[in-house]
Amino acid sequence: MGLESSVTSPTSAEGSLQAQPLITPSIWSGFWATFKRDMLIAVRHRGEMANPIMFFLMVITMVPLGITPEKGILQILAPGMIWVVALLATLLSLDGLFRSDFEDGALEQLLMSPQPLYFQVLAKVLVHWLTTGLPLTVMAPLLGVMLALPAEGFLPLVCSLLLGTGCLSLIGSIGAALTVALRKGGLLLSLIIMPLYVPVLIFGSSAVSSAIEGFPMGGQLAVLGAFLAFAIMLAPIAAAGALRISVNG
Amino acid sequence: MGWQWFHRLGSPRWFYEKTDAWMPWLAVVSVALLVIGSIWGLGFAPADYKQGNSYRIIYIHVPASFLALAGYYTMAISGAIGLIWKMKLAEAVVKCAAPIGAVFTFIALVTGAVWGKPTWGTWWVWDARITSMLVLLFLYLGVMALQEAFQHQDTANRASAILALVGTVNIPIIYWSVEFWNTLHQPATLKFTSESTIDPSMLYPLLTMIVGFYVFYAWVLLASTRSEVLRRERKTRWVNELAAAKAE
Amino acid sequence: MEFQFSNWSEFMHMAGHGPYVWACYLITAIALAYLAIAPLRQRRLLFVELQRKARIEAREQQLKSKQAAESSSV
Repeated sequence: MGLESSVTSPTSAEGSLQAQPLITPSIWSGFWATFKRDMLIAVRHRGEMANPIMFFLMVITMVPLGITPEKGILQILAPGMIWVVALLATLLSLDGLFRSDFEDGALEQLLMSPQPLYFQVLAKVLVHWLTTGLPLTVMAPLLGVMLALPAEGFLPLVCSLLLGTGCLSLIGSIGAALTVALRKGGLLLSLIIMPLYVPVLIFGSSAVSSAIEGFPMGGQLAVLGAFLAFAIMLAPIAAAGALRISVNG
Repeated sequence: MGWQWFHRLGSPRWFYEKTDAWMPWLAVVSVALLVIGSIWGLGFAPADYKQGNSYRIIYIHVPASFLALAGYYTMAISGAIGLIWKMKLAEAVVKCAAPIGAVFTFIALVTGAVWGKPTWGTWWVWDARITSMLVLLFLYLGVMALQEAFQHQDTANRASAILALVGTVNIPIIYWSVEFWNTLHQPATLKFTSESTIDPSMLYPLLTMIVGFYVFYAWVLLASTRSEVLRRERKTRWVNELAAAKAE
Repeated sequence: MEFQFSNWSEFMHMAGHGPYVWACYLITAIALAYLAIAPLRQRRLLFVELQRKARIEAREQQLKSKQAAESSSV
């Protein structure tokens, strides 16, 4: 904890009234505390955690039922379909990212804490990704089997989802922060965030389909990685600003 | 000293009274340019040797596409000004620019689709530019929806400004990725007439229309902002006096 | 620079492309007209509302002063 800073009050000159130094926890310990707390809440609500994954599974089941069980067609649809549904599943789960904290007042405490809000938001988004993006990525090969994804497609599917769902959680946190104070924010959240997901979707599904066609997928994955780095840098700033507006407004 | 006008803009009343004299001029100039440009483009510009007369749609399609994008940047820059300096006027501009930009985007999309029918034989093509325009329309609709969703005007202002700024960061990325996606899925044979090779006899009416659209945009945005400013200041005395004066 | 079409009906027809071209211009004209009229209409509605409010307030003021006059005379 090298970043610990102490603030002494101006009255400390008075000999007997020696003020206690005010200890501000370091950025890292603040991040860690939020992360642990949110992780604990998520683990205690295991049922909720399973919902996006069930949604993922069910929608993918609808595809052969709605279009055709023919292998050749499913094969073509698989990369895009899996990516689109992963995107929708993330969107559905995003509404709850800040909502319960907003409703019980924990969010206001977070805003008042001396910690930079950037890292608190980052911790929350990380927990969101660990509880939705990562399980979706782990589930994806199974759905690939169901949609007859060719063998060359599995590795790129997992890699692209691993990078891409991180972007989805980060970008989505901006929308979740903007709509947290609204009673019916869920649908609006999807409306304002979906256009911003276009680049991630394009590069994610194209990595899979170009790998299936025998082209290298490194370029697309590099672009996804760049998106992720960019989103880690900027998205929490925007989300933190949006949270301040939503809570104080 | 040179920044006085900028600080004065903070006063809605100063803005309203100052722009009062501009409005008829902007209206006359923009309507004149649009009428001249349309007649020129429709009747006097020569037909394209490849596309025939259908290319005459370019005279509204291209200016509308320009303004669709310029309108988004106008909105985002006003949003930034509103967030940084808490300028009431800039906040009103964010709200007014969204529907106007959405209408221009809509015009660009519809004219693009109608142009596609005689040129490509189909109403809708997943062309890179058209697809980017569609995403731009969604961005505009998102800002409008967010603006409507809040009960407090102040929260709505700042939230939509943030969304507009986030969208601005994303627009180049979206355009670039749609371009990439398009080269993957389609041969680059479907293209509009490239503007660099356009003949002067076709170019001058196009320039007239572009300038006309820009002046029209300025006029409409000012008019819309003026009435929005009045609405937001409706509890003040000067607005009520203005209303009373209009009654006589 | 000369008029490219020999007569009016040819101008409307535009060698088969007429409907597309004219539809585009018509849609654009309607959309632009809407953009131009909407703010003026909004402002007029606001003024009408404010005038009505002012009238109601004036009436109330009148009523109050009348009551005050009656009560003082009694």
